[in-house]
Amino acid sequence: MAEISAGHTTHTTRVAWWRDERKRAIIWQLVVIALLLLGIAFIINNMIINLRTLGVPLGFDFLDSTAGFAVSFSLIPVDLNSDIGRLILTGMLNTLLAAAIGIVFSTILGFLIGVMRLSHNYLVSRIATVYVETLRNVPLLVQLLFWYVAISKLFPNVRQAINIGDLFFLSNRGIYSPRPVAGEDFGIVLIALLIGIACAVGITRWARRRQMATGQQFHSFWVGLGVIILLPLLVGLALGSPITWEMPELKGFNFQGGLVLQPELAALTLGLSTYTASFIAEIVRGGIMAISHGQTEASLALGLKQSWTLRLVIVPQALRVIIPPLTSQYLNVAKNSTLAGIIGYPDLYSIIGTAQNQTGRAVENVAILMVFFLSLSLIISLFMNWYNRRIALVER
Amino acid sequence: MKHLKTLVAGIALVAGMSTAAHAASTLESVKAAGKVKCGVNTGLAGFAAPNDQGVWAGLDIDLCKAVAAAVFGDANKVEYKPLNAEQRFTALQSGEVDLLSRNSTWTLSRDTQLGLDFVTVNYYDGQGFMIRKDLGVSSAKELKGATVCVQEGTTTEKNLGDFDKQNNLGTQPVKFKESDQARAAYDEGRCDAYTTDASGLAAERTGLKNPADHIILPEIISKEPLGPVVRHGDSQWGDIVRWSHYAMIIAEEKGITSANIDDVKGKNADGTEGADAEIQRMLGIVDGKMGEGLGLSGDWAYNIVKQVGNYSESFERNVGEKTKLGLARGLNALWTQGGLQYAPPIR
Repeated sequence: MAEISAGHTTHTTRVAWWRDERKRAIIWQLVVIALLLLGIAFIINNMIINLRTLGVPLGFDFLDSTAGFAVSFSLIPVDLNSDIGRLILTGMLNTLLAAAIGIVFSTILGFLIGVMRLSHNYLVSRIATVYVETLRNVPLLVQLLFWYVAISKLFPNVRQAINIGDLFFLSNRGIYSPRPVAGEDFGIVLIALLIGIACAVGITRWARRRQMATGQQFHSFWVGLGVIILLPLLVGLALGSPITWEMPELKGFNFQGGLVLQPELAALTLGLSTYTASFIAEIVRGGIMAISHGQTEASLALGLKQSWTLRLVIVPQALRVIIPPLTSQYLNVAKNSTLAGIIGYPDLYSIIGTAQNQTGRAVENVAILMVFFLSLSLIISLFMNWYNRRIALVER
Repeated sequence: MKHLKTLVAGIALVAGMSTAAHAASTLESVKAAGKVKCGVNTGLAGFAAPNDQGVWAGLDIDLCKAVAAAVFGDANKVEYKPLNAEQRFTALQSGEVDLLSRNSTWTLSRDTQLGLDFVTVNYYDGQGFMIRKDLGVSSAKELKGATVCVQEGTTTEKNLGDFDKQNNLGTQPVKFKESDQARAAYDEGRCDAYTTDASGLAAERTGLKNPADHIILPEIISKEPLGPVVRHGDSQWGDIVRWSHYAMIIAEEKGITSANIDDVKGKNADGTEGADAEIQRMLGIVDGKMGEGLGLSGDWAYNIVKQVGNYSESFERNVGEKTKLGLARGLNALWTQGGLQYAPPIR
């Protein structure tokens, strides 16, 4: 270095590569990555050797073997002759169902509580505070057990089920309701429904364009909803009755037929939504508080109603703050659904547990579980990131 | 640099831990640890459950104690690890426990595909059903369309499926991770019936709100030989566990109890009144090589019987007719009394 500063020449001596900070950093990173990979490879290799010593086979061939066990709840038809792969698929669908219901209800409830907590009404804001502080400070597992026991105590035994007009039956084995069975002409009703939805979309677009052009407003929501409901209903009535109803009936030990909401699913989704809603409420509150109060004042000064101020001015801005932490809550719902086994809901984790015990393939089964939850979480996060970008502030 | 060092240390640690499990024989590692790590049920009255004083007790617990008595001469050198149905085999495979004594059914697939070995049967059981009396059901074959509470991760699930298929029942199983959850749900009326091993039914019935309202149906739908499990490939350790159980059987057969063992030993030692050669070998009075063959001291069997008792003592104390479970010896009587409990001779 001394030579360079001493001589008045543009000639620079080449710095040795180990003295170049950038190159050194890259090399160190490569070394760390190599060691990490080596470590992982070593652990996996070690596991394979240990399993081989114990004589435990490794592979996914067991998915084709007959499971020989039944599940209490399934979205796809399964029976005692189904293979293990199909039962695992059943578990995946059950987990997705619970997570989806949990996400929808926790969002609705969370927004409601979050807004309530900011209310100027003392009682309303206190109720919201108590809700948040209670639910987020009690472990989810305890809450799930509470809901499960509560449901089984709240409703009577299946033989003394509460009968609502011979249509609905409430018992501690679930809520039974009539099940719609599609008749021959049901396809036409479906087409009418699709046309209704298309009309509603068209009306909404037309109303928006008209409002932009003339400032006149149109109740597009109610009109659209009316079209979606009335059109298929009229078509259905015109055709006679394309839907027949299958009634639940007490036969032998249980109700047969009809639709049933089992207490396990009810307790799980109730527990997940109310618990997660307490976190979402705080995120929503934080998001709204992040918006300067001047926005509200300006909006009110322009003559917008309170509810419009919230819906058109505050919430759209608050969403930018709300979405990123909301994503983590959605991921939590998906992951927390694995507690289902404790209250008897056959989610993926529970079915994997059985499969693992029947086949003894712990490594493969845990791998399936990990890959599934990783993919699910990544999909949720990708979707939320897309949504976040969509609502981001567009600078003009 | 600092992170790098931590990383290297971490890898070395993981490598060290994962190889340690297979470095020494189980007996050596047990001796080094100074205790037997025994995997047991999380709580099954009569088999493995903490008693009124909070001390683990039960038939399966006694087997853990017998092994500790054989190895250390002290039945209390056991560390109990409560495991649920799903964790149990993995815990044994990974070396977290040295021995699994947790009412586990011996089946071909478990014996061959898990890298584990069942060494003996300490309780011959079979799966049954419990149901409310007021339902008026007298046979398991009448359970058409019934909802059945089951614990997940057990052979019970599959037996129920097999029985269902055979009799075309179309039962609806509701499965719980823990047996107490399954029992509670049954108690609340979520299920019509509860199924598990007959011994388990007797144990679980004691925990219901009103035990007298429930009956155990007569059908036994499966064979459930319950026994201790060890890791595959260490036959010495397997031998120790197997013979610890056999020592208790032979002691019962010879009429040796924890109370009279010193007497019996004395009489056989001086050979006054017709010494029994097998007792002499078993208690290490002559031919101390019996213990040596197992890698244990000559008084291994003496310690088991003295500290834990013979099989009959253990049975009557934990699950027998005078206990809350009230189980008869049945299949578990000695072979000399029409049962299946039989031990090869010590010679």
